[in-house]
Amino acid sequence: MPDSTLPAAPGRWRTVDILTCAVLAVAFGVVFWAWNFVWAGMEPVLKFLPPLAGVLYGLWLIPAVLAPLIVRRAGAGVLTEALAATVSALLGSFWGVFVVYQGLIQGLGGELAFAAGRYRRYDTAIAAASGALAALFATLFDVFVYYPNYDLWTYQVPYVAFAMVSGALVAGLGSKALVKAMLPTGVLDRFPAGRERARI
Amino acid sequence: MLTLAPVCGPEAAIARANPVAKLAAVAVLSTTALVAADWLTPLLLLAAIAVALPFTGIRPGPLARRLRWLWLAAGTVVLVNAVFAADHTGTLLFDAGPLRISTGSLLAGTAIGLRVCVAATAGVLVFATTDPTDLADALNQQLKTPPRFTLGALAALRLLPLLSAEWRHITTARRARGLEGGWNPLRRLRLFASTMFTLLVGAIRRAGRLAAAMDARGFDSGIPRTHARDQRMTPPDWALLAAAFLVSAAAVACSTALGVFTVVV
Amino acid sequence: MIKVEFRGFAWRHAGRRAQAVSDVDLRVEPGERVLLLGPSGSGKSTLLAALAGLLTADSGEQDGDVLLDGRPALELQPRVGILFQDPETQLVMARSGDDVAFGLENQAVPPDRIWPRVHRALDAVGFPYEPSRDTHALSGGEQQRLALAGVLARRPGLILLDEPTANLDPEGAEAIREALRSALADTEATMIVIEHRVADLLDLVDRVIALGPGGTLIADGPAEKVLAEHGDHLAAQGVWVPGAPVPRRPAPAPGDTALRGEGLTLVHPRADRPALDGVSFDLRAGELLAVTGPNGSGKSTLALLAGGLAAPTRGRATVPGEPRPLHRLPARRLATRVGSVFQDPEHQFVTATVRDELAFGPRQAGWPKDRVDARVSELLERLRLAPLAAANPHTLSGGEARRLSVAGALAAAPGVLLLDEPTFGQDRRTWGELVDLTADIRDEGTALLAVTHDRDFAAALATRELVLDAGRAREGEHR
Ligand SMILES: Nc1ncnc2c1ncn2[C@@H]1O[C@H](COP(=O)(O)OP(=O)(O)OP(=O)(O)O)[C@@H](O)[C@H]1O
Ligand SMILES: Nc1ncnc2c1ncn2[C@@H]1O[C@H](COP(=O)(O)OP(=O)(O)OP(=O)(O)O)[C@@H](O)[C@H]1O
Ligand SMILES: [Mg+2]
Ligand SMILES: [Mg+2]
Repeated sequence: MPDSTLPAAPGRWRTVDILTCAVLAVAFGVVFWAWNFVWAGMEPVLKFLPPLAGVLYGLWLIPAVLAPLIVRRAGAGVLTEALAATVSALLGSFWGVFVVYQGLIQGLGGELAFAAGRYRRYDTAIAAASGALAALFATLFDVFVYYPNYDLWTYQVPYVAFAMVSGALVAGLGSKALVKAMLPTGVLDRFPAGRERARI
Repeated sequence: MLTLAPVCGPEAAIARANPVAKLAAVAVLSTTALVAADWLTPLLLLAAIAVALPFTGIRPGPLARRLRWLWLAAGTVVLVNAVFAADHTGTLLFDAGPLRISTGSLLAGTAIGLRVCVAATAGVLVFATTDPTDLADALNQQLKTPPRFTLGALAALRLLPLLSAEWRHITTARRARGLEGGWNPLRRLRLFASTMFTLLVGAIRRAGRLAAAMDARGFDSGIPRTHARDQRMTPPDWALLAAAFLVSAAAVACSTALGVFTVVV
Repeated sequence: MIKVEFRGFAWRHAGRRAQAVSDVDLRVEPGERVLLLGPSGSGKSTLLAALAGLLTADSGEQDGDVLLDGRPALELQPRVGILFQDPETQLVMARSGDDVAFGLENQAVPPDRIWPRVHRALDAVGFPYEPSRDTHALSGGEQQRLALAGVLARRPGLILLDEPTANLDPEGAEAIREALRSALADTEATMIVIEHRVADLLDLVDRVIALGPGGTLIADGPAEKVLAEHGDHLAAQGVWVPGAPVPRRPAPAPGDTALRGEGLTLVHPRADRPALDGVSFDLRAGELLAVTGPNGSGKSTLALLAGGLAAPTRGRATVPGEPRPLHRLPARRLATRVGSVFQDPEHQFVTATVRDELAFGPRQAGWPKDRVDARVSELLERLRLAPLAAANPHTLSGGEARRLSVAGALAAAPGVLLLDEPTFGQDRRTWGELVDLTADIRDEGTALLAVTHDRDFAAALATRELVLDAGRAREGEHR
């Protein structure tokens, strides 16, 4: 069968698509947990430098971009990001239901870029836009919920802007780079993204 | 490790409540705290939760331990909001050039700190007392969510301890190869990225195997599934939901009556 | 009881140029019990996946037919059950009983009839716990028995087993065979099993089919006949043919101490007993010390502590000429002194090609470029990885990945090499290659410590054996 039988447009989800998104979400639960050790001690300091905190934002948005890049289905970003948030809630995140809301919102932000490409385009530009939009939605939520009293121009705007740059670079380009590095390992062979690998 | 001690026994009232009812009740409370921008509403909500706590069967010890870091987190939120507030009303309590705290900004910061407290305590009430299997069952049966997605997520959740053990194995294996973060932040970052890559490759491979095993047991057969475990809404569950709405409404009404209620823009 | 028929069947996996199997013509009569043999990559798993309805149109390209009772395999999917080799990724639910019920829910069995069937299936495999048992609290062998119960509860007419014991230690493997024996005695179902270690399964089957590369039929018939006529050929292809001789590689006299462990102890936080309790040993150049013992006895812990990869609670591991204990050494330095090879080779890969993987250690150690190149070429040749030099390490077969992980640890020429379960899940051919490779390394003067459940491996290579039991070294078992 030619490659055209591999679904590229959103359609019925195969079990492997669902499981890949879900396992990615769980794996990122582990990644975020480990990340806390990498930056142990840094968090509280960064809290006092909100614009700078925005720079590290991208990591949390990788699932929102990576999952759609791999499975290429409508809703993959929202599903994965919301699930990753739920996992962290189950693991005892302080922010309770808020973290689930936030996951949904930033997943939705990331999803918008792919929807704008009518779920046909999965190139670097879309990935970067998706990361930036996810960051925009996520930080807007932050600003309303956690930093509503901050000064607009000195804090809120730079925070959102830094986060968007970080989202585009870390989540957008980072996810694209991850997919590129994964291609030769063969794990993506069952996905549309794997078609970009030369047949062996 | 990535597992947490339970905050209540399996027989506690809260552990037996329907997960969807619990989730909805907590969402109502948290959302009220999210929408309200004043300090009184979240305080009243927090008080209501505290009053309800003894009836839930939650053990105070584990709960306090679970919320151990909350005070720091909430405190930080109060402080940064007080310091970085756009306008400082009331009397100035602290003034060191750009860093200023006034009574007005402190009060506004406290409101947000209390909001975080409501979300955190309410979050423990639902997430720390709910078995993920029950949650998935209730979502499928009460909210009619598509079972392929909820059960797929549930199956993936089972891999959590496995994947966290894997992270440790990969890290150890990297040390054996001569790779270590040390104190160099750049090297730490590179090591983190490469560990993450290996973890994700393994995770996707596992996802494929798990999907095959599930399909082999008819997961994708298209036949409407039956439910081996029954989840239903009992009268106490409805009561819980009603109570959450009543408490929220009462808190809002109370602070409106006192003229402090504001909403987040 | 289902009749199985392949007619001119061929399958190409999506993303692959070559067909995994081609022109397969095969019939299995209802109720027959068949053992499927063949070298790695010959397409055995692909055939079973076709029967289990797992080869869907979007996963590749099919020619010919797969028929179950004369109908396309996909239609009969609910009546086919398949058990894979990895216990961890077959279980879906958190509680054992729920996991068995999962397959019945999918089949829309009415709720009131699910639980009796669950209990019966759990009894049939001799599951020793309550159905509410957490699946994480089960050993690999118990998890595999639970997965088998999940297959049996669906009352399949065709049972497929894809290397059901490959990922289990000897005790777990025996328990699953026991469960299979009693379960198969109770059902009329047709069965097809793939297994490299055939000796233990022969009483379960009445027919053996041997495949060659690409799924071509080599032999077909009663077990004794096939093994008698084609035994040597099959052994060469990687099948553990019963009675085939096991090599022995006696060691030359050992040299000086290369690694010393003194009173190594590790207590995990909140553990009720130490994972390892005061174990001392001397490892000499040119010898292989086999570390054996039951599950959870602390073998892997010993390998970690001896390799300087975890800090012991008490005691120390040292190498001559290095005043600090190993766990205090910076990683770069450690890698030039002691090499460690873990059970899962993939965890150790840090680069994107086989060549870089081998060059990595020497480069870290600061070797000059021409010396690195020479070392890499030498290792590529010696481990027969040269044709794969440009391949991504994650695409290698199990045996190749294992060889690469050993080579990667050896590249920076450490005097000591620690291996954790080096032969786990390998076929006979890879096994033989690993024995030869290990013997060569040992005879060149490297000190080796191998954690292993594999009696044959220890017998072939070990000069001494250290038996652990509940974290303590059992005395007097040195040979
Ligand atoms: N999902 C897949 N995608 C692409 N290629 C695959 C896939 N599964 C198997 N193959 C390839 O198909 C061929 C046959 O593989 P298969 O797993 O059926 O062999 P096998 O006889 O079961 O081998 P082993 O004894 O190692 O399990 C191999 O070349 C393998 O690399
Ligand atoms: N991270 C950990 N926390 C607590 N206990 C642990 C941890 N890792 C291992 N253990 C315990 O330490 C003991 C020794 O484990 P180890 O992995 O060394 O055993 P092993 O002999 O290698 O077993 P196997 O044959 O199953 O590989 C076991 O009882 C195990 O449960
Ligand atoms: Mg196979
Ligand atoms: Mg072990």
